[in-house]
Amino acid sequence: MKNDFRARNHPAYWAFIVHRASGLLLAIFLPFHFWALGQALNGAQALDGFLLWTQQPLVKFGEIALVALLAAHMAGGVRLLMLEFLAWRDWQKSLLAVAAGVSLAAGLAFALNVV
Amino acid sequence: MSFRAQVLLWTAQRVSAMVLGLCVVAHLATMIYAVRHGLSAAEILGRTHGNYAWLAFYMIFVAAVAIHAPIGMRTIVAESFGWRGALVDLAVLVVGVALALWGWRAALAVFG
Amino acid sequence: MSLLRVSVWRGAEAGEFRAYDVPRQESQTVLDVVTHIQRNIDPTLAYRFACRVGMCGSCAMNVNGKARWTCRTHVADVAIDGVLEIAPLHNLPMVKDLVTDMAPFFDKMARAKSSFKGSRTRADEFARVMPDSPRRKEVDAAIECIGCGVCYSACDVVTWNPEYLGPAALNRAWTLVNDVRDVTNDERLAAVAGDAGCHACHTHMSCTERCPKRISPTAGIAGLKRAVAAAVLKGRL
Repeated sequence: MKNDFRARNHPAYWAFIVHRASGLLLAIFLPFHFWALGQALNGAQALDGFLLWTQQPLVKFGEIALVALLAAHMAGGVRLLMLEFLAWRDWQKSLLAVAAGVSLAAGLAFALNVV
Repeated sequence: MSFRAQVLLWTAQRVSAMVLGLCVVAHLATMIYAVRHGLSAAEILGRTHGNYAWLAFYMIFVAAVAIHAPIGMRTIVAESFGWRGALVDLAVLVVGVALALWGWRAALAVFG
Repeated sequence: MSLLRVSVWRGAEAGEFRAYDVPRQESQTVLDVVTHIQRNIDPTLAYRFACRVGMCGSCAMNVNGKARWTCRTHVADVAIDGVLEIAPLHNLPMVKDLVTDMAPFFDKMARAKSSFKGSRTRADEFARVMPDSPRRKEVDAAIECIGCGVCYSACDVVTWNPEYLGPAALNRAWTLVNDVRDVTNDERLAAVAGDAGCHACHTHMSCTERCPKRISPTAGIAGLKRAVAAAVLKGRL
């Protein structure tokens, strides 16, 4: 018998889910990102051609999501590094709140600028 | 894999994470700045063309990701599908090398 | 007299939840409920308990999906709309009904080198360990573990990684790593390192969430990660 959502429904576990999901999605995105940038090898027009494609609303939304995922993964990762490398303190829980806040802020800043 | 090698993998993942923490903050800041008034090849390449500082930054960034992501993926496939062993370790190493080569190619592409 | 609708796991790996109607009482605990079923409804129900006052940890089971001590779980706190689901602890072989085989749990304790080994004899002076020393404080925060298995049941890494030593074994190892009298800490750190050891912990903190003694195995495991890394970098492992 396995643990289900009733056992998993607490903040540190949600943080784990966000961290793992974001890491996986970013890892899948990376090869595509490197390919897109590699278009510059074919000249600035090739890169511009690709960038034109990214103007579509759905792609823009994807970009905002990716930025949010990156910020979330980084903030969650910094939280883990602090939990693992610094001596344990009682404010560990607040780290989670800070991480969530930072990623939200980064995602919003990007969204407001890209739209 | 010996426990010593496993500890070194964990350490490499954490150290690359620290490097990435810095790189990602810089990358996010750059992105947020760059997308204002739209993104264009001219704008990107204008910043990175012939710029050794950006090249160095991106090459370090790519190296750190090429270490960090495959070790994470190794854990995910082990825990989600039960795939463990030398073959998985080799596959994950290949992914890491591929990411490094593709990423450095991209960094050089925008360097010009 | 109102009734509780109680689902209890019957059988072993091949088994099912069976429903029982149990009279609701004031200040009733989940252990009271299980006992009522076995004594008044179905004597074939197998379950464990001993002290029934929150000291031994024998009555640990899964109640509505969460591992806990049934003698210290008030029905009023967990029965939503008068419904209760009682199952055996997770991650352990099922013996019968609510009884699991605790052997793998204790085997992993042994694999984590969780027994003390000193170097002094009765002929030597007592070791002096100041209670407010930093290492003794680390030990104090983790020493009250009674090996009930709740954290082990709650841990998803134990589910996903069968070789993983688990929170209790690693927590116990941490108390010994901080015991200044112990002389086997290099072997102990080697025993708790790697994919089956402390490095597999993902800080889900389900163990900390569920521990009835309010221990945080996650804190000890993080300490082990630091201790192992330091030992490897210094060439001691």
